[in-house]
Amino acid sequence: CRCFLTLYFKIIMIVLCNYICSFSMAHTGTHSQPVRSCLLLVVVSVCVQQVHGVWPLPQQLHQSADRGCLSPQRFSFTYGRDSAAQTGCSVLDAAFKRYFSIIFPDFTKGSGLLMLSVKTGGCDGYPDEDSDESYNLSVSEGQAVLRSVTVWGALRGLESFSQLVYQDDYGSYFINKTEIVDFPRFAFRGLLLDTSRHYLPLHAILKTLDAMAYSKFNVFHWHIVDDPSFPYQSRTFPDLSNKGAFHPFTHIYTQSDVMRVIEHARMRGIRVVPEFDSPGHTQSWGKGQPGLLTPCYKGGVPSGSFGPVDPTIDTTYKFMESLLKEVKFVFPDSYVHLGGDEVSFACWQSNPNVRKFMEKMGFGKDFTKLESFYMERTSIVWQDVFDYHERIPQDTVLEIWKGEKYQAELSRMTQAGHRVLLSAPWYINHISYGQDWRNSYAVQPQNFSGTEEQKKLVIGGEVAMWGEYVDATNLTPRLWPRACAAAERLWSNEEKTLNADLAFPRLEEFRCELLRRGIQAEPLFVGHCKHEYDGL
Amino acid sequence: MYCLLKLAPLFLAVAVCNGWLFGDFVGKQKEQDEISLWPLPQKFQSSAVAFKLSPASFQIVHAKQSSAGPSCGLLENAFRRYELHSPLFTFEPVLLYDSDLVELQVWVTSADPECDGFPSLQTDESYELSIDEPSAVLKAANVWGALRGLETFSQLVYEDYYGVNNINKTDISDFPRFAHRGILLDSSRHFLPLKVILANLEAMAMNKFNVFHWHIVDDQSFPYMSRTFPELSQKGAYHPFTHVYTPSDVKMVIEFARMRGIRVIPEFDTPGHTESWGNGQLDLLTPCYSGSSPSGTFGPVNPILNSSYDFMTQFFKEISTVFPDAYIHLGGDEVDFRCWESNPDIQKFMAQQGFGTDYSKLESFYIQRTQSKGYMVWQEVFDNGVKLKDDTVVEVWMGNKMEEELQNVTRAGFTTILSAPWYLDYISYGQDWQHYYKVEPLSFPGTDAQKKLVIGGEACLWGEYVDATNLTPRLWPRASAVAERLWSDKSVTDVGNAYNRLVQHRCRMVKRGIPAEPLFVGHCRQEYKGL
Repeated sequence: CRCFLTLYFKIIMIVLCNYICSFSMAHTGTHSQPVRSCLLLVVVSVCVQQVHGVWPLPQQLHQSADRGCLSPQRFSFTYGRDSAAQTGCSVLDAAFKRYFSIIFPDFTKGSGLLMLSVKTGGCDGYPDEDSDESYNLSVSEGQAVLRSVTVWGALRGLESFSQLVYQDDYGSYFINKTEIVDFPRFAFRGLLLDTSRHYLPLHAILKTLDAMAYSKFNVFHWHIVDDPSFPYQSRTFPDLSNKGAFHPFTHIYTQSDVMRVIEHARMRGIRVVPEFDSPGHTQSWGKGQPGLLTPCYKGGVPSGSFGPVDPTIDTTYKFMESLLKEVKFVFPDSYVHLGGDEVSFACWQSNPNVRKFMEKMGFGKDFTKLESFYMERTSIVWQDVFDYHERIPQDTVLEIWKGEKYQAELSRMTQAGHRVLLSAPWYINHISYGQDWRNSYAVQPQNFSGTEEQKKLVIGGEVAMWGEYVDATNLTPRLWPRACAAAERLWSNEEKTLNADLAFPRLEEFRCELLRRGIQAEPLFVGHCKHEYDGL
Repeated sequence: MYCLLKLAPLFLAVAVCNGWLFGDFVGKQKEQDEISLWPLPQKFQSSAVAFKLSPASFQIVHAKQSSAGPSCGLLENAFRRYELHSPLFTFEPVLLYDSDLVELQVWVTSADPECDGFPSLQTDESYELSIDEPSAVLKAANVWGALRGLETFSQLVYEDYYGVNNINKTDISDFPRFAHRGILLDSSRHFLPLKVILANLEAMAMNKFNVFHWHIVDDQSFPYMSRTFPELSQKGAYHPFTHVYTPSDVKMVIEFARMRGIRVIPEFDTPGHTESWGNGQLDLLTPCYSGSSPSGTFGPVNPILNSSYDFMTQFFKEISTVFPDAYIHLGGDEVDFRCWESNPDIQKFMAQQGFGTDYSKLESFYIQRTQSKGYMVWQEVFDNGVKLKDDTVVEVWMGNKMEEELQNVTRAGFTTILSAPWYLDYISYGQDWQHYYKVEPLSFPGTDAQKKLVIGGEACLWGEYVDATNLTPRLWPRASAVAERLWSDKSVTDVGNAYNRLVQHRCRMVKRGIPAEPLFVGHCRQEYKGL
């Protein structure tokens, strides 16, 4: 392609990519002839107008049929002079490397210029709930400019940019003239993985983080331990994983594994919120921490089985305090998920000591005392805590997971002034025949009776992939592209994205793009991708 | 095993090892590597006496009396697959030690071992396996039975606490309950890369399946590259080069399957399900009419043109030379009569033939003119009263009135296979393998002679929502449930016992590189490494 044009890139910061082939005027409609400059090679199908969607749909997107071709040999990213971020900005340096090979899969090196200027630095920080992820992207003749307030916004913009580039039948790269103004609808767009019911190898988690970034998810909710196993290797209490993991060496996450996950996520603008669910869902904890769980009684004698954490003894609280202290130290996010769901009271009730304790305290069942240890950080808890307890700190985020009547729960919780996360309609571990992504897509998180103020308290939602029937063998195809439906609901303007039929071709294309990027995303329906999955 | 070392939280340990569902089985604590054969052999006796096998010294050899020798490529190849250091065993020798069991002698008894043959519907797959010092003996009439026995042998080997391969003193006498135990894969709705097909043939052999029903073409695409009519795939495949099966691909599938005692039955479904055929073969399909003019769309194969039959004759001639099996599946399902009805030429033809408005007679007319060698058809062909050759196999796929259908088909004297309860493309949350497991194919009312006509069944994984990304974990271990139903004795129906064995069997598949999905909460010692 002998047509030249300088595409330059400004990411609030300015990304300057020079020498992209020139913009030739291709007409709208299929099979239009290219005009002049894009020469011989480019005859019939090449200038077929390719509508390259972006998933999730940007808030404002204007595309024209004008397109310019990009030359991988000449394309490059650079930091602008006025940018607060310069070479050495870990997040963006790594992002450029990543996106170069995503955009130009057939090339390993490029030369040229990328200019990038960041007003606010923060390259070594972590994304948080207040991170500004907005960006503006303008691809026009001669230059492309990407503006964002933070590096996290720059990452989102780079992702959109990468989805705009396409290849024609001869392998040339093109990008259409485009204007995008974009920002997320919800600040919290999460995905839950469960590493307790089945152990997920590190690379499965890292791969999931990659795919999350492609869909603009920004929170990895790591349901790291539960009844079946305790794979988190604690420095304070190594026996927890020594005795509570499926295997003390092969089925654990070491401190360095955890670091790797956190850093991999940070590089993609993703927060890692760990969940240490208690007082229920703690069977595996009991193996490495004798005396922690409540001994259940049967007919006046201990039955040999154990129930939830024993709330009547001081050692419990000391243990919890130390463990939580470690967790807060290891995981940088300002949120910790404390679970609190599905506590079975039967065992507590069977235990005479617990009954005595309850009498003494006057109420006993309430776990507020334990919760008070968690208060230094904002916590997220499952809805049960709201449903069964009266006193909950105002800044606690409640997560709705029970499938039916979640709208009513949204009303009640927001009325009580709590911030809320919705995951009930997005339990995508529940599978069924056919295109169930459409159900996820139809969810309207703010469609409940309440005031505008109440609606604002819905800070986002989460896709949950519980692990009863999922491990490394089937996780990825079960997750993608089904999770993409919620990704768009949480990012995009709802009014523009309610029609699933309109979304279908864009999602189909995005699924093929995921495949091309090495994500084992399953098909939506009959058809094919140019690059099929190459594994097993 | 690890769990057994810790006796204190016994309940939990066992629950985690065995999965949480079957609390009742807590009492029978199982060692993780305890023998878990799948599918369960017909007769099985095992003692606690264990022999050691050393990867260095143990070998599989031809017995002196065997009619098969080193020139038998099929067995030589199988021996290599089942050697202890092969990928099927990923045990690493931890210690050097003397073997108690030095060899497995494979003794093929009949004069013709069939080393270079193909398995067929009549193949005797029975075998006897006796594990004792110093040699184990596997006895089978032919190589096909020997293959089944080798798989069983491989499942008997387990690792002890010290990483040493052990095998218990065992006697097995085994044979399949049904002769036709198939898996259907659909390479038309989505193209399946060759290596996905080969990996699944490997998994089939681990589960003693013996028929690969290759639903190779359909409405959506025509990936089969025909030598006689190359335009069929050039214009009918999703892509003429990357999404096709070349003649050498097909040959490789057939040979790979043969090596594992698996028949390949291709399905070329007509006269319906043929949209993709029309792209490369003009005038093959019926032009549909809207009012009095062609609508531009096409329906089933045009049954009134001689050119259609000339084409089919030539095409199926090629197919019967390419695919060695005695059977071809001709489809015949879901023929949409509306297009035929709309076409004035076909109306005229119907009148001439005296068919009235009964379009099933036209279908019947078509099927009878395209009959070739032995064939299988979907149940509608029988239902519509098409005159069928005596050796036709009718495949029952419709879930409603399944028993009635089996009754009718067998009463009419036709052999039949069952796939209705085993449409594995229908997924749901939880352990649906149990439903597949609980099916009893012969529960329909009928005489013994009728029941004998049920020669087997097939697990079908249709391709609407399945491609290389999710096929293998979706198929396994769910299809394993069908495998045991079709191989093992009718009395093997204990779901709890099956669960424990199947958990181990799925870990075995994972260890051998097949991404078989989990049955429930738990873990495998060696988790899936791919991704």
